[in-house]
Amino acid sequence: MPPEIEITLNGEPTQVRDDALSEVLQACGYAGVGFAVAINGEFVPRSAYAQTKVSAGDLVDVVAPVAGG
Amino acid sequence: MDKLSLYGETFASRLLIGSALYPSPAIMLEAVRASGAEIITLSLRRQNPAHQDGKVIWDYIRSSGCKLLPNTAGCKSAKEAVTLAEMSREIFQTDWLKLEVIGDDYSLQPDPYGLVDAAKELSKRGFKVLPYCTEDLVLCRRLLDAGCEALMPWGAPIGTGQGLLNKYNLRMLRERLPDTPMIIDAGLGAPSHAAEAMEMGFDAVLLNTAVAKAHDPVAMGGAFKMAVEAGRAGYNAGLMLARQTASPSTPTIGMPFWRRQSQ
Repeated sequence: MPPEIEITLNGEPTQVRDDALSEVLQACGYAGVGFAVAINGEFVPRSAYAQTKVSAGDLVDVVAPVAGG
Repeated sequence: MDKLSLYGETFASRLLIGSALYPSPAIMLEAVRASGAEIITLSLRRQNPAHQDGKVIWDYIRSSGCKLLPNTAGCKSAKEAVTLAEMSREIFQTDWLKLEVIGDDYSLQPDPYGLVDAAKELSKRGFKVLPYCTEDLVLCRRLLDAGCEALMPWGAPIGTGQGLLNKYNLRMLRERLPDTPMIIDAGLGAPSHAAEAMEMGFDAVLLNTAVAKAHDPVAMGGAFKMAVEAGRAGYNAGLMLARQTASPSTPTIGMPFWRRQSQ
């Protein structure tokens, strides 16, 4: 089992396993296709989730549709 | 047929509508339908997987059948806007984007420099950018140079309902960029504001708060629909020139009780 690291997920300090983004997202409860991800302000396409490693201190943003003007 | 043309697509309605601030998602959907809008704006925000509120509104927006126009509301730099645009494109599967780069928190005035930088980058990346901008002619030209094929100058600051605050600049913009599709975005509060924008020759209007915050949003959606149609019809019909002095509309020749005054 990979060791735990601390990241900032949607502004909140969060403990996750030092693992691929796809695993981290799943562990945090994100499933399906209705969200998109940026790490440290850079967009991460869905096709890259499995190859993208999350590192300690990363700022991870997960967004979903909302109403807007 | 007098249709709105944007990035090679045509629309019968010249009213674009926002999906925010309604009393409920059901009222939002009904108001959108009453407005006749074919394009709807929406956005992205952080999601906690435990809360599925966003999914409900998203399902309602989808069921409107409107073309989606995701925005980059709240972004304060070109970099933020470009990242959010890429996230939008992945989720909503559309290249269309209402580009917002805000330069002042108080007035929510667009940052012209960030806007041009973001528009250049996004156009390069294949986005169809509709920038929310001020009514500044030089900025508008720079945005066209950056690759935008349509512009969305503000009528007044977002959510103020003030109507068209700088008519001089807006008229000049229309005259100087006669072939650019231009949508008056933000600041409209009453159907008469929308009609006025259309009478001035703008191609469409985009609004949200004026409908969502009306006492009866569904009825107001319908009122704006009529106002936009009336304004456009008036523009097409050709308005008379305003003048300073009175001019009788009833013929003066044959007026009874008149007689030549003896000298």
